[in-house]
Amino acid sequence: MIEFLNLSKAYSASGTQAVRGLTLSIAPGEFLVLIGPSGSGKTTTLNMVNRLVEPDSGEIRIEGKNVLDSDPVMLRRSIGYVFQEAGLFPHMTVAENVAATPVLLGWDRPRIAARVTQLLDMVQLAGFESRFPQELSGGQRQRVALARALAARPPVLLLDEPFGALDPVTREAVAADVRAIHQRLGLTTLMVTHDMTEALLMADRIAVMADGQLVQVGSPRELVEHPADAFVAQLIETPRRRARALAETLRA
Amino acid sequence: MNANLREAWALLPDYLGQHVILSVSALLLGVAVSVPLGVIAARSRRVGAPVLAVVSVVQTIPGLALLALFYPLLLAVSAVTDDLFGFSFRALGFLPALLALTLYAMLPILRNTVTALKGLDPAILMAAKGVGMTARQSLFRVELPLAAPQILAGIRTATVWVVGITTLSTPIGQTSLGNYIFTGLQIENWIFVLFGCVAAAALALVLDLLLAMAGAGLGRRSHARLVLAAAGLIAVIGAALLPELIQAHAPQARPMVAIGAKNFSEQYILADLMAGRLERAGFSVATKSDLGSTIAFRALSSGDIDAYVDYSGTLWGNILGRTDMPGRQAMLDTLAARLKADYGIASLGSLGFENAYIFAMRADRAQALNIKSLADLARHPELRIGGDFEIFSRPEWRAVAKAYDLGRMKRRQYQPEFLYRAVVSGDADVVSAFSSDGRIARYGLVILGDPKAALPPYDAMLLVGPAHAHDAAFLAALKPLEGEISLTLMQRANLMVDRDQDKQTPAAAAAWLDRQIPH
Ligand SMILES: Nc1ncnc2c1ncn2[C@@H]1O[C@H](COP(=O)(O)OP(=O)(O)OP(=O)(O)O)[C@@H](O)[C@H]1O
Ligand SMILES: [Mg+2]
Repeated sequence: MIEFLNLSKAYSASGTQAVRGLTLSIAPGEFLVLIGPSGSGKTTTLNMVNRLVEPDSGEIRIEGKNVLDSDPVMLRRSIGYVFQEAGLFPHMTVAENVAATPVLLGWDRPRIAARVTQLLDMVQLAGFESRFPQELSGGQRQRVALARALAARPPVLLLDEPFGALDPVTREAVAADVRAIHQRLGLTTLMVTHDMTEALLMADRIAVMADGQLVQVGSPRELVEHPADAFVAQLIETPRRRARALAETLRA
Repeated sequence: MNANLREAWALLPDYLGQHVILSVSALLLGVAVSVPLGVIAARSRRVGAPVLAVVSVVQTIPGLALLALFYPLLLAVSAVTDDLFGFSFRALGFLPALLALTLYAMLPILRNTVTALKGLDPAILMAAKGVGMTARQSLFRVELPLAAPQILAGIRTATVWVVGITTLSTPIGQTSLGNYIFTGLQIENWIFVLFGCVAAAALALVLDLLLAMAGAGLGRRSHARLVLAAAGLIAVIGAALLPELIQAHAPQARPMVAIGAKNFSEQYILADLMAGRLERAGFSVATKSDLGSTIAFRALSSGDIDAYVDYSGTLWGNILGRTDMPGRQAMLDTLAARLKADYGIASLGSLGFENAYIFAMRADRAQALNIKSLADLARHPELRIGGDFEIFSRPEWRAVAKAYDLGRMKRRQYQPEFLYRAVVSGDADVVSAFSSDGRIARYGLVILGDPKAALPPYDAMLLVGPAHAHDAAFLAALKPLEGEISLTLMQRANLMVDRDQDKQTPAAAAAWLDRQIPH
């Protein structure tokens, strides 16, 4: 259970009001997708969950507890985060990247080794343990980042455009994997994307942001049937228009 | 093998060992200071900008000057700690050299550390934070490892610089490969000079190569390379230190003493002569050569060296600050009394010859211009006068210039051994020279008279430092030299070292001189 209560954040450096009065709650075990145009405040929102960014006002609660009351370092170790562009450590092997958080938590070696093997199996990268990130494809890197985020068995998973750099086929495969893993581990997942098709296919509920504000939140069906305004309607229309165009091309 | 080369080889263990100890200590200290400072500087502009500015400025100070500046600085600090806490330390030799070289090592390491840390991908730093690293963990697990190759490159640059600049620590009393270069330059022994340069370059190259190998090992996680590089570094440093260690652990029955020498042939010869006599008397002797003129006296009074030869006129002006001329014997007596009272230094009296500042010209040129004495020079203000690096800032020159109105003459400064070349080739018309120099007669120079007796006498005096001023065995070993070295003997010994053909080493000249003097 993650709750955002009237959350606001302005960056003094750029004078941007990145997030304005965001109120939203994510149920335990829910897969919520945050969508919106570039610069609408999605990454900022995500970063405030594990305190990489501190809010100006409002609150975030996880399991009812204000995140500002937790030690930020311990908080981050208990939340999985897959960064935009993966963010793997280039001087560490795949196994060392995956083991990052367990090592920080002081797990013993055999337990870490077993966990790494288990996770690399899960993301279908068994045998890649001693490779370096530069020696992987974009899709493989993204899967390592996912494994790293899940290593310490966090109940909460944050994903920031995790499939941005992938080709459509890989993208679909990894997306399906992520959704399956979410289901299997019973995670509470908050994912950011630009892609409405992806959002519609993966999400339990979709939250639409524009200019730092929440425009609408609801299940894919609700969004498709009752878009709150022209902006949401237009977002929804894009995948539909594409599907129609494709069907016509195929018929001709 | 050539005799010079043989002597150079024989000196190598000592010179190389001391060179390695100094260079490696300075580098280790440089790394230990610069990397943490770089980390702080990379995080805070307020610290970073001024620190980098200061270190960059230090880099522009010529090496020799920086090394020399640390001597008076440490002397002053030592005097203060002596006053406050009753403890003083050696201001000459290792310590000032170490500090100056550490400062030199800092710039490349510091700059590379700052640039590397500032250039890290912010996404990676965010990820480090995101997986739950504290600032410290992020620094040691992510930032420093990623910056390591660039920091290592800085250390390699510093290594090459420091190994090279360490040669300049010789004039402040620290033995190094620079001893070959400075001594070689003074006595025109080009084999020595070349030997020193090649040895320093080879050492720099080997260390650089081993560090490069260590870097490659780190980058590719090749344990084999890493172990090989570490083994190589340990081997090189160990091999260089071995002679020092053996010496340090050898049963030290013989009392250790140090003999000083300024930077010219006569001084090397006399130091070797004294060292030989003391060794035969049962002392274990180290020589510290190429000391600056006033540095030598300070070193004696502070106990960094135990004996050396200085000249009455030099001490009269530089140490007592006197400009009057009381006459030869009065000067010797006053000096002996004052040095004893003010510094606890014992004078064994004159060795028997004088190494006076004189002024000389080519005989044919002097005849053509009808110049016989310094007084005649005043008629020729167009003449150029050549001197060594000291003469024009010494009271002797001021006295002569005043007495004979020579202030308007054009001055040029040369390394002492190039002075003779300059006057022979006509580059200079008049040169300052030393009366005990065998080359005056050899090059057909005439000494200009001093009718107004403006130049003080320069009797060679054997001075003994406070620690041995009452040491009967020490004094007995040197006493036989008193009054026994005539000007002709000294000139001949000097010429053996200074001439171009059949050049001898100072040690050989000292051995010859030793045989001419009763024991
Ligand atoms: N560290 C920062 N300093 C100043 N301004 C920032 C900073 N990070 C983001 N901003 C600004 O805040 C606004 C929201 O940024 P944010 O990164 O949250 O957007 P986003 O929705 O994730 O965009 P994108 O889809 O392009 O990743 C933008 O206008 C951005 O320029
Ligand atoms: Mg973003």
